Amino acid sequence: MNLTTTEPAEVSDTLSGGSQRGDRVFHGLAFAAGASIMVALAGVFIFLAIRGAAGFSAATGLYQPYTSFVPYAAGLLFGTALVAVLAMIIAVPFAVGVALFLTHYAPRPLSTVIAYLIDLLAAVPSVVFGLWGLKALGPALLPIQRWLNEHLGFIPFFAGEVSATGRTVFLAAIVLAIMVLPITTAICREVFGQTPRLHEEAALALGATRWEMIRYAVLPHSRSGIIAGTMLGLGRALGETMAVLLVLNASGPKITWHLLTSDNPATIASNIAQNFQGENIDLQVVLLATGLVLFVFTFLVNFAARWVVIRSERKFQ
Amino acid sequence: MSTDLSDVATDTTFPPPSLVRARLPRQATLIVGVLALALAVLGGPLLTGASWYSVPFVAGLLLVVLLPLWSLQVEGRRAAVDRLVTLLVTYAVTLALVPLVWVLAYTVIQGLPAINWAFLTKDQTTTLDPVTFKQMPGAGVLHAIVGTLLITLGATIISVPIGLLTAIYLVEYGAKSRMARIITVLVDVMTGIPSIVAGLFAVALFTQFGSVGTRIGFMGSVALSLLMIPTVVRSGEEMMRLVPADLREASYALGVPKWRTILKVVVPTAFGGILTGVMLAVSRVIGETAPLLVAVGTVDYMNTNLFSGRMQTLPVFIVSKYKQGADLLELAWGAALILVILVMVLNLTARIIGKIFAPKTGR
Repeated sequence: MNLTTTEPAEVSDTLSGGSQRGDRVFHGLAFAAGASIMVALAGVFIFLAIRGAAGFSAATGLYQPYTSFVPYAAGLLFGTALVAVLAMIIAVPFAVGVALFLTHYAPRPLSTVIAYLIDLLAAVPSVVFGLWGLKALGPALLPIQRWLNEHLGFIPFFAGEVSATGRTVFLAAIVLAIMVLPITTAICREVFGQTPRLHEEAALALGATRWEMIRYAVLPHSRSGIIAGTMLGLGRALGETMAVLLVLNASGPKITWHLLTSDNPATIASNIAQNFQGENIDLQVVLLATGLVLFVFTFLVNFAARWVVIRSERKFQ
Repeated sequence: MSTDLSDVATDTTFPPPSLVRARLPRQATLIVGVLALALAVLGGPLLTGASWYSVPFVAGLLLVVLLPLWSLQVEGRRAAVDRLVTLLVTYAVTLALVPLVWVLAYTVIQGLPAINWAFLTKDQTTTLDPVTFKQMPGAGVLHAIVGTLLITLGATIISVPIGLLTAIYLVEYGAKSRMARIITVLVDVMTGIPSIVAGLFAVALFTQFGSVGTRIGFMGSVALSLLMIPTVVRSGEEMMRLVPADLREASYALGVPKWRTILKVVVPTAFGGILTGVMLAVSRVIGETAPLLVAVGTVDYMNTNLFSGRMQTLPVFIVSKYKQGADLLELAWGAALILVILVMVLNLTARIIGKIFAPKTGR
């Protein structure tokens, strides 16, 4: 090994008190870096709270169409949650399917290639997804939106007049679903791959088909992992800004269950990006306050996801 | 069991039928697939004049109905469900890959016409044509490319030392301590910070200490580093854990202090993996739009000073050109293509480096 090239002089040098000092300094540096992450997270909360505090009770004209912060933020939060939850409803079955394919169906080389391609999906910048959703996917999905409205219009979700541009909650949810697919797939894939080999082989030895093996050995073992992957994806979807901003034709904070109309609720993130560039300092303060709401909300969702993971890890140890 | 299909199947079962159930022929999926495709073509474009786009969907639908039905007839319910699930899983993968191909192809097709020499070497400053005295709109995105690179470089310079030192703390010093566990959880939580919140944080931080309207490139670097640090920590931690304990112990046995062991043995051994992780982290933040939109703003001329004045970046350029009107959309697509190429090149290089320097854990 070429690690033994330390010269004798250096060795004697490092054995003296100087090395202990070096060790202490380096330990301190590493510790400080770790602590700085704590400081940074606390800093995000503190600075948003300081700068945004005035936004909780600003002049009533800033909260259009409402007059105070709570309904304003609630309306935005509703839009955020609606789009994100819909996206997850679409994405999770796909993520589970893709993860199963990668771990239990595809031969190794094919699995590697497809896993790479799915990861590549996460690398495409969100603004490019936004433009594509707007110009390519939107028009392509318009017939489907019309069909849903025509044939399933009695369901409140699909009621109302279909947007002529296709820039609806429905389209935004699909674009978001595509964007969160890689992370949810990655987590599902990891937990599926961790299923004890013996459980799987025992199931097969009892004559189970591949699906029965998955159904009775893999899925029960992975339930908490799927939940965690879903919630991490949800956290991603809640905070996604540019794709929603470009794709969704939003008309400010509002509460509506119609998914196909041109009158759509804005999300917290898209609302911030939409209005922050205007140099209205008072409005920026209000937006900072909504940013704090978004931060706390996604923090809770992510924390819950981690908690599910940690609890299930303990169970299996 | 009197259909001719099941006769084919039962003929092939040569061991005692009591032990082996009837099976479909080996190429059953292929046979039904071809049949479904033929039916879809015949019943679709050829006879009813439906669009060719419908063919894969109709064929897929036919396949997913017919194959399990056939299997139900011959093999029984359990095998039929198994075949159905196999098909559905395959469909999920196929459908999941469609957006990737579609997005990339669409970006290339839309963006390619915009790209020329002026596009790559000029900024968006309006100039006066010396001959006609007409105002000429700017033609290029050089200022945005430079801005993106500078801001991302700034973010990398902040994130890499903090991220790697944290990883070193987690692996080498704090292992299993309470502090290390807390940091691990916080890094996980940090992964989930919405990018726009990172941008708002930068704005809040700098306007707290600077003037209210402060917008400089460095604010973007700070925002991006908040998104980059967790990725760097994660990959650094993973790679350093892969370094065999033997190597560390051999170094300690020679009397090398811990910090030198880390710097001279652990980090160099894990270097390839760490580099891959950093590059992947860069490729992830280089396309971030929202934090730069709120923290750096947009500008039409070249600004190479990170610490003074607004800067243009590719993602923000795309959004602002899109907002300015339909005739500028081509510029937006051109910038999108450059951005996608940047991201993909970074991503691919990172993977290749990862492959080449993969730690040789076996002997």
